[in-house]
Amino acid sequence: MTGNSVLPSSGSAVTKSHQYKKKSQLRTVWLRLKKNRMAIFGLLLFAVMVCVVLSADLYMNYEEDAVAQNLSIRFQPPSREFPLGTDQYGRNVLARVIYGGRISLFVGLATVCISLTAGAVIGATAAYYGGRVDDILMRIMDVFLAIPNTLMAITIVAALGTSIVNLILAMGISQIPRMSRIVRSSVLSIIGQEYIEAARACGTGDGRIIFRHILPNAMGPILVQVTQTVARSVITVSALSFIGLGVSEPTPEWGFMLSEAKHQMRCHPHLAVAPGIAIVMAVMSMTLLGDGLRDALDPRLKN
Amino acid sequence: MAEKLLEIRDLHVTYRTDDDVIYALNGVNLSVEAGKTIGLVGETGAGKTTTALSILRLLPDRVGFVRQGEIVLEGQNLLDLAEADMRMIRGNDVSMIFQDPMTSLNPIHTVGDQIGEVIKLHNPDFRESEIDARVDEMMEMVGIPAERKVEYPHQFSGGMKQRIVIAIALACSPKLLLADEPTTALDVTIQAQVLRMMGELKEKFNTAMILITHDLGVVAQICDWVAIMYAGEVIEIGTVEDIFEGDRHHPYTVGLFGSIPDMTKKTKRLNPIEGLMPDPTALPRGCRFMERCPHKMQRCVEIVPEISEKGTHQIKCHLFSPLWGESTPSARIWETGGKRR
Amino acid sequence: MKAPLVETRNLKKYFETARGLLHAVDDVDIRIAEGETLGVVGESGCGKSTFGRLLLRLIEPTGGEVLFKGRNILECNRREMRDLRREVQIIFQDPFSSLNPRMTVSEIIAEPIKVTGTLSKRNEILDRVFELMGIVGLAERFVNTFPHELDGGRRQRIGIARALAVNPQFIVCDEPVSALDVSIQAQILNLMMDLQDDMGLTYLFITHDLSVVKHISDHIAVMYLGQCVELAETDELFNHPCHPYTKALLDAIPVASLKNRKEIKIIKGEVSSPINPRPGCRFAPRCAHMMADCSVLSPTLKEIGPGHLVSCLLYS
Repeated sequence: MTGNSVLPSSGSAVTKSHQYKKKSQLRTVWLRLKKNRMAIFGLLLFAVMVCVVLSADLYMNYEEDAVAQNLSIRFQPPSREFPLGTDQYGRNVLARVIYGGRISLFVGLATVCISLTAGAVIGATAAYYGGRVDDILMRIMDVFLAIPNTLMAITIVAALGTSIVNLILAMGISQIPRMSRIVRSSVLSIIGQEYIEAARACGTGDGRIIFRHILPNAMGPILVQVTQTVARSVITVSALSFIGLGVSEPTPEWGFMLSEAKHQMRCHPHLAVAPGIAIVMAVMSMTLLGDGLRDALDPRLKN
Repeated sequence: MAEKLLEIRDLHVTYRTDDDVIYALNGVNLSVEAGKTIGLVGETGAGKTTTALSILRLLPDRVGFVRQGEIVLEGQNLLDLAEADMRMIRGNDVSMIFQDPMTSLNPIHTVGDQIGEVIKLHNPDFRESEIDARVDEMMEMVGIPAERKVEYPHQFSGGMKQRIVIAIALACSPKLLLADEPTTALDVTIQAQVLRMMGELKEKFNTAMILITHDLGVVAQICDWVAIMYAGEVIEIGTVEDIFEGDRHHPYTVGLFGSIPDMTKKTKRLNPIEGLMPDPTALPRGCRFMERCPHKMQRCVEIVPEISEKGTHQIKCHLFSPLWGESTPSARIWETGGKRR
Repeated sequence: MKAPLVETRNLKKYFETARGLLHAVDDVDIRIAEGETLGVVGESGCGKSTFGRLLLRLIEPTGGEVLFKGRNILECNRREMRDLRREVQIIFQDPFSSLNPRMTVSEIIAEPIKVTGTLSKRNEILDRVFELMGIVGLAERFVNTFPHELDGGRRQRIGIARALAVNPQFIVCDEPVSALDVSIQAQILNLMMDLQDDMGLTYLFITHDLSVVKHISDHIAVMYLGQCVELAETDELFNHPCHPYTKALLDAIPVASLKNRKEIKIIKGEVSSPINPRPGCRFAPRCAHMMADCSVLSPTLKEIGPGHLVSCLLYS
């Protein structure tokens, strides 16, 4: 078995390699996740919520159902036409909950985008270059970490004004320090591995090392953190809206709905229960999924 | 043959994981005489560590199971004992030394406390002063000044940590010591020191020892008996003279010897054993070594080999008829040194 | 004498630690001729792994020179180093952590080819991957498997294939068989020796196992606490070891034979600390032949026979 001259390229090598199936890593993770019933429950619940929310326009109309006021049918109890009843302005509560979900989802994803992008860049840079760079970046992050999340979000919104964009900005920025710490520790544990040294010995440049070798392996803990960030931002948005620093009338948003409903609690409790349960379902599904993912991705638990 | 201290009969152990059942031990038969050392040789996956853990009933919970067999220590079957009784035996009658000295010691307790802990457990009526005296005695015996008993494990080197582990293991003068690759992680010069110390202590306490190792040199140095394991079975067993100077061996043993670069001769190429150990979740029906054996016969595929005995030497292979005296046709090929591939 | 392929002069590496300056590699001079194998042996803390990495500039030396084909690689800029990586490669000890768990076998082997731009068409690259897999004895069906699905021996073959991918001339082998079972070790050692014969490779073979190094090396350098204490041809070293440490090392090895069941001569004590080492010979505290001068004067490598160098005051 000694070396021969290179065979003429005829497309045969590629077809030959396709004969041997690649056992997808995704499939392995999925099989392990499947065994965790709570995680699957969370995944299904979240999937259902996303589908319902995204397809809302197919069976409802935003203006008519969620916004338009009809004072003649205020405070209706749950019925066939209004499965969750109507609120103090005669609006369909179910419709408002569903459209509210759209906002929460959007805000959650946007928050993750901001915090993940900035956090990953900061964390990866700090971990990769180490030394002075690491110290400076992490001390800056420490300063931000010392400020309570919600308080920082409140401050930013109070300064810039209440709007969805400012809300997203506020929450995104407040999540950056935590995300950067997770990315940093994840990257640090990878950098110590010999295969990174091997990549350097081949002459691989820094950029390729980070994107091809480090990040794919660091994804596990980061993914778990992403689910937690979504959950946390749903709560924060609701909290901010509840105290009046989030959205404003007539936007249907769960926290805002809760805020309005608190005046009606004694006579019409269903107005508070509906958005409350929606928040619980969203956060719980994300958290369960995150926990399940963490277990499924942990290489040490492999038998 | 002298009095048997420990006898393992037909031991079957499986590990159950999420996906598979792993057949780790498949009918292990082994015995140890009082005061003697038996070397347990084999490669990764042969079942050596599993055997040692089974003796102490330390197989991982919910994963490792003893399916069949007996482990008899001085007439008592350890597998029948209640857990509380077993705890009395661990550390007191039977001790174990593990492979990696770096993680065998608890980093937050002083070494003196760790040696003292095992003494206190098995001698609840000892006074503090008696325990202290014994700790000092053990440390001096393993060559570490007694003043160092207040130090923590991280303040010691690898070789010294292993000595402390040995001190803990021998603190209650056990009858049997299970040593799982005790010197593999150590430098060669430190290994020499530790091996000599173990030899001296063994003499002093008359402790029997099962020494698990893959290093045939270590076996030749300090063992009285040798058992060679493959795929969960003992395929050859005998005195150290039988194994190193005998003329008949299991083909796997021959392969093992052929794989080691010989320090005394200059050879061009080594003679490794082709292939790999069989998948422990799906073991072959007949002889487990058949796939890699240069002397494979039809019989080997279907029938599990019987044990052939000659005095103290036993080999589990179809090449050797049970009566040994008569040579089977295949054994004759063996004698003429049949060409290896 | 032909110019050596690899040469080091006064190679040093010191690490700054909280407790002082750690002398990992201290003034090591070696020469390796083309097509030969230099074995480097020593115990933990002797600096052999660090030394191997210095030769590739995976770690930046503190001082001295590393010459490859007569050129000092420490003066090369980034682009020249990139080109150099095609000629000098490394095989790691641990077949578990030296392979990226998220890359398939073919991706791992193809990586150096892609990075150095040796080949660019997908077909050509895959052809070369299959060729390399054949050379190291990996069945074709493993081309799309992940490392964790394979055993240690096969994984090490992947590491070897990766090192061979760009046709290097010189390979640093950092304990390539230490983590493998004895019978697999033998398979891999045979493979490496066959490759050396077929492809004219030059090896630096780092190991702590003297029987392995005897089998594969032409010359052997014995290291202790960062310094080279003896350097000789393999047979000469084993037949006539001169430095007390070399003798102690050889004496300490248990031999797999009852005939030579010798009384092992133990050297006392442990390796002293490489941080702020005291002047004089570093082996002196453990040496059976220690003299008064040994803790004051530092010995240097002197030639005491053809190609046989020893660093010991007994031979000055």
